Amino acid sequence: MPQMNMVQAINDALRLELKRDPRVVLLGEDIGKVGGVFRVTQDLYKEFGADRVIDTPLSEGGIIGAAIGMALYGLRPVPEIQFSDFIFPAFDQIVSELAKFRYRSGGEFPAKMVIRTPVGGGIRGGHYHSQSPEAYFIHTPGLKVVCPSNPYDAKGLLLAALRDDDPVMFFEPKRVYRAARSEVPEGDYTVPLSQAKVVRPGQHVTVLAWGAMLYEAIEAANQAAAQGVDTEVIDLRTLWPVDIDTIVASVKKTGRVVVVHEAPKTCGFGAELIALINEKAFLHLEAPPVRVTGYDTPFPYTLEMDYLPLAGRILPALIETARY
Amino acid sequence: MAANADELLGLHRQMLLIRRFEEASAKAYSQGKIGGFLHLYIGQEASAVGAIANLGEGDSVVGTYRDHGIALARGMTARACMAELYGKVTGCSKGLGGSMHFFDAEKRMLGGDGIVGGHVAIAAGAAFASKYRGLKEVTVCFLGEGSVSIGGFHEALSLAALWSLPLVVIVENNEYSMGTPLERTMSVHDTSQKAHGYGMASDRFTSGDVLEVKRRVGEAVARARETSKPTLIEVRTYRYRGHSMSDPGKYRTADEVEERKKTDPILRAETDLRTLGLVDADFARIEAEIEFEIEDCLRFAEESAEPGEELIEAFTYA
Repeated sequence: MPQMNMVQAINDALRLELKRDPRVVLLGEDIGKVGGVFRVTQDLYKEFGADRVIDTPLSEGGIIGAAIGMALYGLRPVPEIQFSDFIFPAFDQIVSELAKFRYRSGGEFPAKMVIRTPVGGGIRGGHYHSQSPEAYFIHTPGLKVVCPSNPYDAKGLLLAALRDDDPVMFFEPKRVYRAARSEVPEGDYTVPLSQAKVVRPGQHVTVLAWGAMLYEAIEAANQAAAQGVDTEVIDLRTLWPVDIDTIVASVKKTGRVVVVHEAPKTCGFGAELIALINEKAFLHLEAPPVRVTGYDTPFPYTLEMDYLPLAGRILPALIETARY
Repeated sequence: MAANADELLGLHRQMLLIRRFEEASAKAYSQGKIGGFLHLYIGQEASAVGAIANLGEGDSVVGTYRDHGIALARGMTARACMAELYGKVTGCSKGLGGSMHFFDAEKRMLGGDGIVGGHVAIAAGAAFASKYRGLKEVTVCFLGEGSVSIGGFHEALSLAALWSLPLVVIVENNEYSMGTPLERTMSVHDTSQKAHGYGMASDRFTSGDVLEVKRRVGEAVARARETSKPTLIEVRTYRYRGHSMSDPGKYRTADEVEERKKTDPILRAETDLRTLGLVDADFARIEAEIEFEIEDCLRFAEESAEPGEELIEAFTYA
């Protein structure tokens, strides 16, 4: 089985789907001849032509708006927003139009697309190339939200997202793009949406993470083991609709939970996860749920590694929660 | 002359249907049978009717929140439209949308839209899809002049021109963004000039004569269909009622409204039809037919059921 990084795995998924389904078109800034700023769409323009791999002007609202119109007519557009920090000019299109189209038309017009966008910090991108805006979209009914942590899942989840009938926000952790390699099957396979994965079983405390922070959670879990704390690490993979059953089963076992995410703490997805756990497993909790997150500040440049909830900040949370 | 009379008669009938539909919906609104917001098309009928008369089955129409007239001109039934206003499950959007959300997949009516300017890029995308499929279909997008100041309008024009899309964008310039007149919201009052910056064809005319609207929009539709090129059109028009039912329209004088009613498109069509030989009895017959259709749609809306609780979540996800 070939080894791929996440950039190659996503590129492979896009190529497979472009070949399989003539309704699929890609559009975005620099994605054609250049192959995208992270080269995720490398060579697809050469292979499938300018009609299907479309370079656009800097026009996020126009890109998503046009993609919605394509989708209403049965195409399966895959727009790329170059950095998820740049998604806000398209926020109106995503929230007011895309997420609501099926509903407000009484089911007449489903608007299917997968919006791909690199997310998160760790590349010294500063304020506008580092943010994690997933919570805004989880808060918007009608959208599904996915964030893979490794190349295998990235390909399988993207193929599943492309074939799902709902609009999907596909957040690609840019810090992981070329950092992680794994075995990725060459052909077609899917990783089902809304299925979390227990990547490290444990008895004492549950840690929920996704994307680039999964590696930090695993590192912290390994260090905690040396202190006698046995941590169960869950990779959510799909953030919404979240696999609450897997989470609740784990929390019922451990009675303790730590949520890790890069986004600011307040109203981040961690708040919703803990609310759900309180609703569904309150009497099983033996310690207050804890969030280890980015700060409630803009994303910093120089202090990036202090801002991110790296293993060094996760470890004490695991230990304290386990010993509470 | 007979063929011309038939054509004008058909357009006149559509305009009259829209006017009577809007009058009936205004009445139902004041009786509390329609809730929320209701934006009437009265005065602007020639714009939708003349424009859409150029379209065939595979063509698409995208409208704004002032969408009742556009939907009826597209051939959606008065029943489906009135039931949607009443919020009934038999409405065109199953009572889930209401006044600003008239949809019909079969008629390729891609909606009204409550977000000003948000729908123009969507129309461009629909036009892209036609071109991508190699079909000679045209998308017509209606918007108010208020949309022209919003970024979404410009992004859509930019893409439509760049990708050479079969799109006709019709700015229905009724001179008021809600209560604020054109002079106080725009530095350039001729919105068709926005086309020049994008290298698009443009046109500009008034909505007084529905045949003229049909002919001029027809040129743009033909350009889109035959050469896949977009056009921006400004239709100068006027609404006699307020922005919505809750707007008494005190920002303009009664004299101004009365003056503008002198160029009413339905009055004009009637005058022209009389010149072509129609008489009082002909108009009385048309009025009676339309009255029947309106009474029927009101009865249908009254008697239909509201959407059940099971529909609250039904269309959020597939």
